[in-house]
Amino acid sequence: MTLSLFFQHLANGISLGSLYALIAIGYTMVYGILRLINFAHGDIVMLGSYIAFYGVVMFFLPWWVSFPLAILLTGVVGIIIERTAYKPLREVPRINLFTSAVAVSFLLENLGLVIFGARPKGFHRPPVMDTVLYIGGAAVVSYTPIIILTALVLFGGLMFVVHRTKVGMAMRALSKDIETTGLMGVNTDQVITFSFALGSALAAAGGILWAIKFPQIQPLMGVMPGLKAFIAAVLGGIGDITGALIGGFLLGIAEIMLVAFMPNLAGYRDAFAYSILILLLLFRPTGIMGEMEPEKV
Amino acid sequence: MSLLRLDGVTKCFGGLTAVNNFSTELAPGELCALIGPNGSGKTTIFNLITGIYTPTAGRITFNGTDITGKRPDIIASLGVARTFQNIRLFNGLDVLGNVLVGHHLRLRSDPFSAILRAPNYAREEKEMRQEAMELLGALSLDHLAHEDATSLPYGQQRKLEIARALATRPRLLLLDEPAAGMNPGESEELMRFIPHILDAFDLTIFLIEHQMRVVMGICPRIIAIDHGETIAEGPPEAIQNNPRVIEAYLGVGEYA
Amino acid sequence: MMKITRNRILTLITLVVFAGFLAYSQATFNPYILRIMNLCAIFTIFAVTFNLVYGYTGQFSLGHAGFAAVGAYTAALLTMTPVQKELNFFLEPIVPVLANVQWPFLPAMLLGGVLAAVVGFLIGWPALRLRGDYLAIATLGFGEIIRVLFVNMQRVTNGSLGLKGIPEYTNVYWSWGLALVTIFVTKRLVDSSYGRALKAIRDDEVAAEALGVKLSYHKILAFTLSSFFVGIAGALLANLISTIDPKVFLFFLTYQVVGITVMGGMSSLTGSTVSACLYTVFLEALRPVESPFSIGPLRVPGVPGMRMVIFSALLLLVILFYRRGLFGQAEFSWDWFFEKTSALRARLGRTGKTAPAPSIESEEEERP
Repeated sequence: MTLSLFFQHLANGISLGSLYALIAIGYTMVYGILRLINFAHGDIVMLGSYIAFYGVVMFFLPWWVSFPLAILLTGVVGIIIERTAYKPLREVPRINLFTSAVAVSFLLENLGLVIFGARPKGFHRPPVMDTVLYIGGAAVVSYTPIIILTALVLFGGLMFVVHRTKVGMAMRALSKDIETTGLMGVNTDQVITFSFALGSALAAAGGILWAIKFPQIQPLMGVMPGLKAFIAAVLGGIGDITGALIGGFLLGIAEIMLVAFMPNLAGYRDAFAYSILILLLLFRPTGIMGEMEPEKV
Repeated sequence: MSLLRLDGVTKCFGGLTAVNNFSTELAPGELCALIGPNGSGKTTIFNLITGIYTPTAGRITFNGTDITGKRPDIIASLGVARTFQNIRLFNGLDVLGNVLVGHHLRLRSDPFSAILRAPNYAREEKEMRQEAMELLGALSLDHLAHEDATSLPYGQQRKLEIARALATRPRLLLLDEPAAGMNPGESEELMRFIPHILDAFDLTIFLIEHQMRVVMGICPRIIAIDHGETIAEGPPEAIQNNPRVIEAYLGVGEYA
Repeated sequence: MMKITRNRILTLITLVVFAGFLAYSQATFNPYILRIMNLCAIFTIFAVTFNLVYGYTGQFSLGHAGFAAVGAYTAALLTMTPVQKELNFFLEPIVPVLANVQWPFLPAMLLGGVLAAVVGFLIGWPALRLRGDYLAIATLGFGEIIRVLFVNMQRVTNGSLGLKGIPEYTNVYWSWGLALVTIFVTKRLVDSSYGRALKAIRDDEVAAEALGVKLSYHKILAFTLSSFFVGIAGALLANLISTIDPKVFLFFLTYQVVGITVMGGMSSLTGSTVSACLYTVFLEALRPVESPFSIGPLRVPGVPGMRMVIFSALLLLVILFYRRGLFGQAEFSWDWFFEKTSALRARLGRTGKTAPAPSIESEEEERP
């Protein structure tokens, strides 16, 4: 394998990893606050790409309008889902919340099949993201560095919100101790809703970028990225946003390297990711950055 | 020979030392109390004995067997039973069902015999039910056998939890704040109840309790701890007047 | 004592009548109706087994599809004729050991169940140490690994091409017979001391363990037993619809099973059975919604996939507003039946008998 080929694979892995990271951040934010694995998160990814798609194809908006709009609208959808399907179940045993997430996921997938149709649609890749660049001797299509940069910028923006704003502080407090934070006068409902909106918006961004990298969208497209992003979140330490970023990159690179160095096993790339997940859950569920939480007896 | 023996038992949770070099011995038939302010490590000690936590250091011996860090169900099968600070009944089972779970560990028939209702299983099931009803009767709960466990009044729920623990035929019974939430009448009854079962079921009882009246009234021996360490040990009179105990408890609890 | 004998006789009579009904339907009903009846039975098995693991033992497993696939592929590969196999495996020939075997249905199905149980044991042993949602994701992961394996093992499973031409051995005797066995075994287990241990684990693991209940043993027991029957159901399914397309086979199965069982009532075998049958029937009944139809003068365009939207929306509503589901924790029993109909029967009898007082049901009397 030549060095330039290796770099191509590496770039590919990092860009895939960026996608996983963006989606993983949403998972981890919701988990950190609600201790809920939002099973429907992957489908929100799908929703983001479809809204962006229709913005261009049906409303003839330029992509630089349609994409941000889609991110915004998906954030709103995230709020709606949270208010209708998750909020009413905050006081009951947690497994019901998870079941609700499963049901929402199921519903979104079926709605997608009905409304958007099962046939894959071609996603319009903006020309600026479709040019071939030559970086260090390797041929790289421009969307690859754009995806990586966008992910880093969005992550940076999120870090700013979480660590330098009041609402971000509230989010961090909620993830440590939701009851006490509420008693301190923080409007927990609003903060939770805000986190959902943010997580869904990031998922939409991930979905749009995913559709740019793999320009075929179909209603079940979110299932696999969703699961992989969850694996990335667990790998990095579920509940930790930086962990989600690290986990995303690690998983993306590992997956591409597996396919690059062992092409016969390419069909098993998904199984490889799931195996990582299972090993993590069994031996180090707290991931790279996480902390243990013993049950109080 | 002592029934229960803790040697230098220590438990750290990260930077926090919950139990520090705790040692004691319980002789068979003893009724001993463990007291201390909130957060002093009493329930942690119970959890260490019953295997929910593994000690960071030290050894726990029960009836000659080293039970340090063993699984809770194994420790239970050796003869250690407990109740919990917050009552943990099985709310999907009725009163009788709850007690019958305590009998399950002695079941010798395998699942297939159970599914086929083979004679050996049928016989064991019948015996378990009989014994369970007798146990409920001894605790005056038999008329409630088919009620939902959670529909019982609080005091009865506590008794049920004890009945359930007794169903495992323990030699050592750990009671974690049995009088919590009880009114004076109920705790009076408890004060008669505990020595009664100590005798009737040939038990050794280790008791965590905040209500000093109950503790001083029935326990010949009391261990007082604070910050996970023993600060005093002896009969009620000695504990009552111990300056260290009074200091640890300042503002908490009342004396008889 | 009288009640037990009466109940037993009634159950026996019902079974005989039901068997007669099966014979009649197998002989006279058209294949479409029979297919629905078979699917009802298969989904009943799926629902009852999920209930055993989740409703009774409290373990949320999303691995059903994987076990069903194991059973389906095993039965398919063993019951297909050598000629069929050759036709299917045109890309790469089938592994020699499977090329010429052809087994009758029952042993093939049983082996499917056994292999699914083995897989269940291997998965359950590590996975059941996890709690709640983590267990769900882990079992989902295992199920996906199984799917990936099946899609890639070209020489064993024909990979992504799937299998066609599986002999259609499934009939209402097999499907409902096995459904009844599943219900029987599950009910017997759940009503026994082991069942109480399972419920104790569901309600409070810590307390259960403190009473000497071995957590791993019992969780794995329920899980493995459940996987066995899921494998059987998978086999029944393969030999009913005669094809396996691994890309879509059972993709939605896990969701469907969760939905059916939640709607029927966790911890109610009656609920699972009723719900599974209602689901299958309504799914078929609603099929016209997906093709254009007319309401009077209005022509309504059909919407493919609408049935699943309705089902998933219903599921969400049940979870939000009616978590107990149809039956909650209640079970059908002859005592309950007589109690509920006593007023009606008294009036029919017209002898002036007053309705008998509701019987205090003890666990003994409920056993059929």
